[in-house]
Amino acid sequence: MSDRKLWGVLAQYENPHAVMHACERVRAAGYEKWDACTPFPVHGLDKAMGVPPSKLPWAVLCVGLIGSTFMLWFQSWAMGNAYPMIVGGKPLFSMPAFVPVWYEVTVLSSCVTAFLANWIMNGLPQPNHPVFASKAFERVTDDKFFIMIEAADGRFDLERTKTLLKDSGATLVEELED
Amino acid sequence: MGTPTATVTLPNDPKLRGDVVLPEQTEGREALVRGEHDFHSITEMVCKVNEAPILKTPNGFKFGIALAAAGFAMFIGYVGYLYWEGPGIWGNNNPVGWAWDIVNFVFWVGIGHAGTLISAILYLFRQKWRTSINRFAEAMTIFAVVAAGSCVVLHTGRIWMDYYLFPIPNQMGLWPNFRSPLEWDVFAVNTYFLVSLLFWFTGLVPDFATLRDRTTVRWRRFFYGALALGWRGSMRHWVTYEKAYQILAAFSAPLVLSVHTIVSFDFAVSQLPGWHTTIFPPYFVAGAIFSGFAMVLTLAIPARHWLGLKDVITIRHIENMNKVILLTGTLVGYAYGMEFFMAAYSGNQYEGFTFLNRMGGPYWWAYWIMMSCNVITPQLYWFKKIRTNVKITFVLSIFVNIGMWFERFVITVTSLHRDALPSSWEYFVPVTEVFFLLGTFGLFFFLFLLFVRFFPVVAMSEVKGVMPQANPHWEGYGHSHGQEHSHEGHSHAQHDAPAGAVPATAVATTGGHS
Repeated sequence: MSDRKLWGVLAQYENPHAVMHACERVRAAGYEKWDACTPFPVHGLDKAMGVPPSKLPWAVLCVGLIGSTFMLWFQSWAMGNAYPMIVGGKPLFSMPAFVPVWYEVTVLSSCVTAFLANWIMNGLPQPNHPVFASKAFERVTDDKFFIMIEAADGRFDLERTKTLLKDSGATLVEELED
Repeated sequence: MGTPTATVTLPNDPKLRGDVVLPEQTEGREALVRGEHDFHSITEMVCKVNEAPILKTPNGFKFGIALAAAGFAMFIGYVGYLYWEGPGIWGNNNPVGWAWDIVNFVFWVGIGHAGTLISAILYLFRQKWRTSINRFAEAMTIFAVVAAGSCVVLHTGRIWMDYYLFPIPNQMGLWPNFRSPLEWDVFAVNTYFLVSLLFWFTGLVPDFATLRDRTTVRWRRFFYGALALGWRGSMRHWVTYEKAYQILAAFSAPLVLSVHTIVSFDFAVSQLPGWHTTIFPPYFVAGAIFSGFAMVLTLAIPARHWLGLKDVITIRHIENMNKVILLTGTLVGYAYGMEFFMAAYSGNQYEGFTFLNRMGGPYWWAYWIMMSCNVITPQLYWFKKIRTNVKITFVLSIFVNIGMWFERFVITVTSLHRDALPSSWEYFVPVTEVFFLLGTFGLFFFLFLLFVRFFPVVAMSEVKGVMPQANPHWEGYGHSHGQEHSHEGHSHAQHDAPAGAVPATAVATTGGHS
């Protein structure tokens, strides 16, 4: 085990209040490569950590607009150019009749983008992570709250980082190996 | 690696596991989660259903799934028979022949809509009570749309030609007719199914991670591990995740309205008396929500009883759903009246005949079943005693399901069996199609019971998020001295809270600052 590289430090907290204040301290100490893991989204924790708002809506907007424009064009092309067909005496470009499919495809392209972008932007699926080696971390999806600071962070110093986490109210501090 | 001090223990306190029945509270506004629950006991309560060993599955459940599997087998058999014999088994000599599939299709897709309403529209309106029933209702949506989809896929008769429904380039250079409501329906139902599935799966991932982290059984670790996608509850992930969830909800809400609107266009855009009305879209949407909420109750009431979920699916949830049923049921009743008014007021004799024929014609019995189940039943919910009575609610929810099936039967069949060509007038009697209807129920319940057994039926991460102790500024954690905005305030003391989160009653014992 001794030849394995230190990946970072993991600290456990007991409730949302404790982890939020600890996050404020870790952020104030100037760390950048760190994260908090919680069983549910603790509201306000992203601000305490200084996580910027997600860029996901922009991806959805772009792809949604592309899908939407494409489908309107496609319907008019298929009905008016590729195989011109007059149905019910309507003009070849019969806009009102194209609205339902146009609308559904806009929704479909936006939602599929939101779904995929969520996993892509989060780097998931990720089969393994150093933090999964911790036994205590198994309760992150149950009722415990964690902060992990990576050894790759410029300010990382094993003893000082551990002290900071202990002082901030951690009930358990562990070292993680890569 | 440091020594792990926190180990996963399974408390056997029946109260925390939800096995003890607390008295139902019917007075006042009840908390969303009853009893002294902390985060861990919510996990226990929900996961115990999934974590029971396969061999120890309760006999009642085995019986239920065997029954559903038999229905599902009947469904498969019927599809085989249809494939072998062709659509002639429905009787092609009258225009009502294909009606049965359409009745079932509209019935099932309507049921699905309540799930999306609960998961998306109530989410956007910040109705926190939705969290304990949304997973459930979304699963119901998916399986109902699967059942609905199989009805439309099969009603084309030659099921091996169904790919013509999609705009696939072919050697004839021919595209589907995008001006046809039937083509709109293809897009609406497929979009609806896919979006509901993505929404459902997104919500499930954190809960799959819970099951993955708790299990000690190898196959479960693999199964839930694969489904959880390596979720570790990272706050940086939650930020994007919540945004994606919001966007999916924001798109699903108008989607659900559009889907049933388009389903109603299948009827309303045609020129058959009784179908050709502008009231159809809102009337269908109200009916869909009405029937869907009834189905949620039909499923949730036994589930909360048998799975020990009475602390998260409380009387308040049931009462709220009954109120929605009262509202939408009244809207449906209004629409029935308005259809008659328009038939009389338009002075159109064909329209007038259709409605009189519905009431007193050969299918009078279907019409009166529909009226009594859909118009009278929901009005009983004006009484709080009835709204909060679980047994009566369960019975009434079944009445609503029956009534709404007959509504679709009345709309589809009565208009068709007296169409513009008297030579095709015939009294439609389903024969083999009955097996098809029962088969779709088998399909639905088979999938639903598998879901209940293996997937978390309550969205644990969401329920935890609406508990009072989920708020970092909850009073139980003591006054925060406004430190949450200051990064200099490093006078924080050890928050030596007891292991696990804090029960709602233990306000004074935690969060001490020195």
